[in-house]
Amino acid sequence: MLLSLRHVVRYRGLVASLVARELKARYRGSVLGFFWSFVNPLLLLLVYTFVFTVVLPGAHPSELEPFALFMFCGILPWTWFSSSLLESSTVLITSGNLIRKVLFPAEVLPIVTVLAGSVHFCLGLPILAAFLLYYRVPVTPTDLLWFPVVVLVQLTLTLGLALLLSALTVHFRDVRDLLSNLLTLWFFGTPIIYALSQVPPQVRQILNLNPMTHLVVSYQEVLFTPGPFTRWLPLLAVGAGSLFVFIVGYFVFDRLRDTLAEEV
Amino acid sequence: MNAIDVQDVRKTYRRYGRRRQFATLKSALLSGGALRDLRPDETFDALKGVSFGIAAGSTFGIVGRNGSGKSSLLKLVAGIGRPTSGTVVVRGRVSALIELGAGFHPEISGRDNVYINGMMLGLTRREMAARFDAIVSFAELEDFIDAPVKTYSSGMYMRLGFAVAIHVDPDVLLVDEVLAVGDEAFTHKCLDKFAEFRRRGRTVLLVTHSLDLVTRFCDQALWLDGGLVRMQGDPRRIIDAYLLDVAGAEGRALAATASDAASREGVGRAASAAATDEPSDMSKAVEGRWGSKEVEIVAVDLLARDRQPAHLFRSGDPVEIRLRLRAHRHVTDLVVGVGIFNADGVCCYGTNTHIEGATSAEMSGDGEVSFAIDRLDLVDGTYKVDVAVHRTNGVPYDYHRLLYTLRVVSSSKETGIFRPPHRWDFSGGITIVGVGSSRNGATQDPTRS
Repeated sequence: MLLSLRHVVRYRGLVASLVARELKARYRGSVLGFFWSFVNPLLLLLVYTFVFTVVLPGAHPSELEPFALFMFCGILPWTWFSSSLLESSTVLITSGNLIRKVLFPAEVLPIVTVLAGSVHFCLGLPILAAFLLYYRVPVTPTDLLWFPVVVLVQLTLTLGLALLLSALTVHFRDVRDLLSNLLTLWFFGTPIIYALSQVPPQVRQILNLNPMTHLVVSYQEVLFTPGPFTRWLPLLAVGAGSLFVFIVGYFVFDRLRDTLAEEV
Repeated sequence: MNAIDVQDVRKTYRRYGRRRQFATLKSALLSGGALRDLRPDETFDALKGVSFGIAAGSTFGIVGRNGSGKSSLLKLVAGIGRPTSGTVVVRGRVSALIELGAGFHPEISGRDNVYINGMMLGLTRREMAARFDAIVSFAELEDFIDAPVKTYSSGMYMRLGFAVAIHVDPDVLLVDEVLAVGDEAFTHKCLDKFAEFRRRGRTVLLVTHSLDLVTRFCDQALWLDGGLVRMQGDPRRIIDAYLLDVAGAEGRALAATASDAASREGVGRAASAAATDEPSDMSKAVEGRWGSKEVEIVAVDLLARDRQPAHLFRSGDPVEIRLRLRAHRHVTDLVVGVGIFNADGVCCYGTNTHIEGATSAEMSGDGEVSFAIDRLDLVDGTYKVDVAVHRTNGVPYDYHRLLYTLRVVSSSKETGIFRPPHRWDFSGGITIVGVGSSRNGATQDPTRS
């Protein structure tokens, strides 16, 4: 497994080029090009602003104002997480021809999917920053130091799950259908469109078992909630867990590697 | 030092039955144990214990019928998939021309695809930058390299794929039937590139149906048959044996149809009930049998050198046509004739005892006639044999028209009908290498030995 990992490191140039290709190909032929990466989250933000300030004002506690921005802090990382998993669950099958005919480490494909998702995530950040400034949300500068840590933890977790799911989908095609339903549940089981503090204590116990809860709450604390970042302990715990998920995911992928070319 | 070592390699593919096709994670979990359900219903052995070694710097050809396991073997050597048992060791960087342009993304430019394809094959971006111009000029795509690959013609696509793969500059190049990618000129360029590879001491493993390519390029050849090594060694010897075997399979099929025809016509039966009528126009005659049956041809055998019945002969081999005759009454007017016709119906040779000067003949009871040809100097092809017994004036006792088939194989594909023993000699300022005398022992000019 370590040997395979070293192999991947050797192919980092390929990974970088494939991510670039992924982004290039996605916007090829569209007039706005990369601008779409900004437009999507921007529109989303506008819609939420409309719904929660015009249609449903006062449906949430006042400390979560502006609520649209609060939600945006969670939706942006969630989109990265869920789209990466959905896409990587099918990436090996759609690239089946490549795996059957060319010798290269197949884990490159789910990794590229996750990284391309992270680029979209990063492209959404300027929008988020602009709105944070616009609403004059008081961001604690030292909190921002935690931001890359949160991103890194999420990246590790997403990579681990992506590797696991991509290899399993080759053998069980219904993983992707299972996954899309599971992700809907997972979305509502994560405090994105509500705050963890609004949740009754017993239910909160359950939500605390969800690693995405801690990640999303960390984003909210770093970017939105005033005051210093206090949740570093659960974050680091999730970080350790994510590392474990990554190792398990990679291990499973490595074990199934030889069957991929025959099964896709 | 071998560049490639293959030790007792087996490869078993899973063949899933109907049940497995519709099995899902759910059913796997319900039926208890996802892992157990991963076991296949049926297996298929593509390779059944193959061993060989390829010396570094040599060009090695693998031939075999469809489904003999060639491509499976090549994939294992390429490292795509692992053998079920046994080991494959490859020393040095491998590049596999298995499917050209696999992994090209249609939406992005040729330039980007070249880089990505090269990096997939294991080069760094810098190495690719150094090779880029050579690749583009080799593929002859200077004007189109910045256009998206989806706008390329299939020939352009293949050329670009080939150019990238060959410029990876591998120590071991694996080629699977991909040389038919361009026009004549491009094919020549590819072959020149292979020749350059050989000169630089790189190893090439070639899987192909183009036997000509194997004899021209390879130092060694291997014949894979049904997942096993049938033969390995000198390419010419392997190709000849392979051709003979392929022709042999055809010959067996011919023999089956011939014996069908013969039994349909009642040949071999002691007493034939009905005879077909003699056709009015012999030139339009199709296969058949007719005659008065006062003298009957009860059996016809084509015998090879070892006096065993055969249908397949090499050009230049001896052939014996043996007839068993039965006279139902004493006859004093008897001519025995033999004719050989090619697939176009042209009579290649025909003779009978009367033409050759027999002065008198008589027969009663049973007897055997043997017509021996010392050298069957015919070109490659399928031939039909006529045999007949008749009166001097041509009235047939028993005429067997085109009922017997013989297949002549020759390693060279000359045209025409007759293949005289021959040799080429060159003197003065002419050097032509590779021809000289007929190659194989059977067709060697006897006056030279």
